[in-house]
Amino acid sequence: MGRESLIDEIRTKLGDAVEGVSDSFGDPVLTVRPSSLRSLMTALRDAPFDYAVLLDLTCVDFAAGEGRFELVYHLYSLSRNVRLRLKASLSASDPVAETLTGLWKNADWLEREVFDMFGVRFTGHPDLRRLLTYEGFEGHPLRKSYPWRLAQPRIPMKDKV
Amino acid sequence: MSGLDFLTTRLETALGWGRKYSLFHYPFITACCGMEYMSAACAHFDIDRFGAGLTRFSPRQADLLLVVGTVTHKLAPVLKTVYDQMLEPKWVIAFGACAVSGGIYQNYAVVQGIDRVIPVDVYIPGCPPRPETVLDGLMKLQDKIQHQKQDWRWAGKA
Repeated sequence: MGRESLIDEIRTKLGDAVEGVSDSFGDPVLTVRPSSLRSLMTALRDAPFDYAVLLDLTCVDFAAGEGRFELVYHLYSLSRNVRLRLKASLSASDPVAETLTGLWKNADWLEREVFDMFGVRFTGHPDLRRLLTYEGFEGHPLRKSYPWRLAQPRIPMKDKV
Repeated sequence: MSGLDFLTTRLETALGWGRKYSLFHYPFITACCGMEYMSAACAHFDIDRFGAGLTRFSPRQADLLLVVGTVTHKLAPVLKTVYDQMLEPKWVIAFGACAVSGGIYQNYAVVQGIDRVIPVDVYIPGCPPRPETVLDGLMKLQDKIQHQKQDWRWAGKA
């Protein structure tokens, strides 16, 4: 399946969920509606698209606006050796998305990391705890609204003179 | 037996001499500085020439704590526990910019120098420090040990 026919196929089969298609260094980028993420991903994972690997999931905080948070998914097809990036904007007041843990096992920790760092909730996640920071940590450190250099020590720290 | 049948010394001097040349170190390695520690510890630069070659992997058997690399707030209680588990007399070297001051990291995660958690005897700067700098730091520690009070009950140590 060539590049153009792939985009056409996605548009034909999953056109409702796709808001836009662009290009990044030769790889296709789809902008999608967050509400249809799960059904879209289910279709993309299996034949004929066959994106079997969830390479990465991360988030971007654009600091302001209704679509302040943007989830970024990277998919990879082993059989066709091609990559695909998907982006979904989430609301600033209540960033929430559906979990993909049922599709890819590694989505578990990737979603926990995004939750920990950005405070995005994933509905249906089996165990949405913090991953990198520790119990008792308040706030989400990679949000632009997190105070600059604010540390939250677990034990008393001596001050420097 | 001919020649030297006895020698005179002070107890403090003899103890200091013994202690500075028999450092058992515990490597607390968390980051890339560990590579530099390895080259300092192995045959090329060889800290064994200074009597500090015996690496112990239990803090209970060590008297020199080498903190090599970045210490985060998540890790700080572990470092404190390791230090508390070591028997007196004990010394600490902060190895590399991160252990000394937090290095390039000033954010929510990184402790701004391990001396905020435990007392430090010698600071070795550099990102990472060259092995020669490490050897220089080790010799500075030996000098410090030689001239320290050698009370074996370690009274009066801050």
